[in-house]
Amino acid sequence: MAAILVNTSGKDQVIFATKEDLGEPSSAIINLEEDEEDHQPGLILPNGDINWECPCLGGMASGPCGFEFREAFSCFHYSKAEPKGSDCYEAFLTMQDCMSHFPALYPPAKASPDDLSNPPQDGLGLVEIQGEMDSNAIQPERDSGSSRVES
Amino acid sequence: MRKSGVQLKMQRANTLVRLSPALNNCLTRNSIFYKAPICASLLLQSRSTGSHGPPAHWKTLKQISLETKSHMDFLPVPEGSWQESYSKKQKKANLLLAASALAFGLTYYIVYKSGCIYLHGYDYKTFKTSAGLSGPGVVASFSSEAASKKECDTSKTSPPAPAQADSGESNVSPGGNPQVDDLSKIPDIPDHVQYLIIGAGTAAFGAFRAIKSRDPRAKILVVGDEDSVPYMRPPLSKELWFNDDKEEVESLQFKQWNGKKRSIFYEPKEFFAEPKQLNSLENGGIALLMGKKVVKLDAGKKTAWLASGEKIKYEKCLIATGGKPRNLPVLAKAAPEVKSRTVLFRNIEDFKKLDSLTQQSESVAIIGGGFLGSELACALGKRAKKTGLKVYQIFPEKGNMGRILPDYLSKWTTRKVEREGAIVMPNQSVCAATFTDGKVVLNTDKGQCVAVDVVVAAVGLEPNVELARASNLEIDPTNGGFLVNAELEARRDLWVAGDAACFFDMKLGRRRVEHHDHAVVSGRLAGENMTGAAKPYWHQSMFWSDLGPDVGYEAIGIVDSSLPTVAVFAKATEKDNPKAVVEETGESLRSETEQNCDTTPASEKASPYLETEDFGKGIVFYLNDKKTVVGILLWNTFNKMTVARQVLRDGARNEDLYEVAKLFDIYDTQAEAAEESAAS
Repeated sequence: MAAILVNTSGKDQVIFATKEDLGEPSSAIINLEEDEEDHQPGLILPNGDINWECPCLGGMASGPCGFEFREAFSCFHYSKAEPKGSDCYEAFLTMQDCMSHFPALYPPAKASPDDLSNPPQDGLGLVEIQGEMDSNAIQPERDSGSSRVES
Repeated sequence: MRKSGVQLKMQRANTLVRLSPALNNCLTRNSIFYKAPICASLLLQSRSTGSHGPPAHWKTLKQISLETKSHMDFLPVPEGSWQESYSKKQKKANLLLAASALAFGLTYYIVYKSGCIYLHGYDYKTFKTSAGLSGPGVVASFSSEAASKKECDTSKTSPPAPAQADSGESNVSPGGNPQVDDLSKIPDIPDHVQYLIIGAGTAAFGAFRAIKSRDPRAKILVVGDEDSVPYMRPPLSKELWFNDDKEEVESLQFKQWNGKKRSIFYEPKEFFAEPKQLNSLENGGIALLMGKKVVKLDAGKKTAWLASGEKIKYEKCLIATGGKPRNLPVLAKAAPEVKSRTVLFRNIEDFKKLDSLTQQSESVAIIGGGFLGSELACALGKRAKKTGLKVYQIFPEKGNMGRILPDYLSKWTTRKVEREGAIVMPNQSVCAATFTDGKVVLNTDKGQCVAVDVVVAAVGLEPNVELARASNLEIDPTNGGFLVNAELEARRDLWVAGDAACFFDMKLGRRRVEHHDHAVVSGRLAGENMTGAAKPYWHQSMFWSDLGPDVGYEAIGIVDSSLPTVAVFAKATEKDNPKAVVEETGESLRSETEQNCDTTPASEKASPYLETEDFGKGIVFYLNDKKTVVGILLWNTFNKMTVARQVLRDGARNEDLYEVAKLFDIYDTQAEAAEESAAS
């Protein structure tokens, strides 16, 4: 099908095209592979490391318990113990302790009172956190990922 | 054994010195520590040997020897084992040593416990828990020790002399809690920080998040002159006006594009540490100093000065001062009544002011046809439909967003804005503003006039560069703003991001961008570079605007209506071609352009068609004089920014842009196909 060209002035050209027109394969040679700079890798980098710059983390990694969170989450992520994260009791406890000082930032409702009094030995709490973050990361953010949905 | 050894020795000596046995005897005895007077008598006797015989009362040598017991028989005879006596002595000495050691230890312990000993040195334990303070902490830990010494003194000297107690206790707070004591000694504003961020807007937010991601223990001080935590500005002219929940608007909450509710504040207040405590946080943190302004920098000495006089030394510094709204000269010199009814829209205060003013008033005039003016016109237009508020929008361009959108699209947008409830007055500028009959009367250069209750000036932004002037930093003469390189660096360890930065874009040249996403992107880049990334500006920022429910667009690169453009729009249905429509057979567009370049009458013929045409969705390419794509506008086309970014990077110089447009999949056929395949 033919596209329609409307020439408004010398400067501005307008083409109207139908769905069928534009459905034809493009002959333009443009590399659409994303550069590493633009690519938003999500929470886990291709090499398996944690992407601390992921917007999906929100203020977790930069907040007042950011350091403790990183320690606990790294420990869990790289844990080889069985069940996973069972060797991260200490780090987890430190994080919990820190978070309890900032109830406005880390609402205790998220972690039920039981969790606070006896933190899970198996790092289940972290599994939950990770699950939550993963789902956030998977959800495509509008376009550049930093604009309309800046978290 | 020993006995016989001594005898042997004696015999030998006797045989050797036979001539004077007595002398010999004496010598021998002397050698084994016998009394000297015996020897003296022997010598006397030998002197008198030359006379006629000794007097009768004289005693023989042997007799004398026997009498004075200076005779071999009287030699002491060693007895018992050497070892035994030796160990006996040792035992005694050891006992004495142990006893004295015990006595010393006990004394020391008692004295130490009573606190009478004052060691001149750091108590490192106290030093650490009083939390790594450089200067003040040391003073504090000393003072607490001095206090304990004082106590000791007073316990000894009773009654305590008041004068003596004074000097020591002046350092100690009445509470005596060393922790409280320490804090009271730290200045409210730290005199030294690792990372200093000047400005507390979006660029600052992007920067501190990037810094903290890359340097987990970073200590960051953010200094902002507004009395609020960092927040995003776009909702102030967009979503917040469309939120019907008054309480949510009051707390500055809005609904995101995905329906999720959120606050305009990036982080709650609790997120930020107290500036006072920043340097004592073991794991670092981000402290916020609100309502303070940095007025001068010394990039060489890495020092910043606050308006209130404090001096802050920094290791790395970011300037993210943003801009302030421009005003029209006509309004700036107008009567005070006019001024008090004028809103220069920029921050939360302005939003609240305009929101409350327009709720009470009958009419409002928005001056300016750009992003802010057009967004506010739509927002207030919506209110107009409900309350009967009259909304005027006045600007010198031909249509809304006239500097951004090509003419036809700009005019089309104006009609959309009008449909949203605003009365748009294009092609004219305000030349007089007076206050008559309780209204502000605005006269335009086209002879029209409007009388309104409120005036909003949305005529652009002035970058805040006073700091550059005060600090001898370079300002870009054409674009304004701090001049920085591609890594956003102005001087060593000094970066600039956001609205205030005029940076070198390796792809598009030197420019300054005033958009939210640019603040995020450049802030993040600066933050990365402050932690040593040394990255150039490469990831292009985008911007977007929404004008009512039918118009939403996103753009990237240089989007300027003075540039030539090529647009591809979706045509929903294949109607008969209107008269003015020129058939295009899929050949190179460029040749077509050149042919039509100087056929102005044709374009005029085309206009009526365009004015009836619906620009539902499409792509607009902006070209420079080398026919390279330097900007792309995605009109009602979403989630295609990555494609646009790559096309912009490529430049598409020798490409047929119609073909390039196909890559954008305006009709979302790929997404539909993906959905279908997912469903099946």
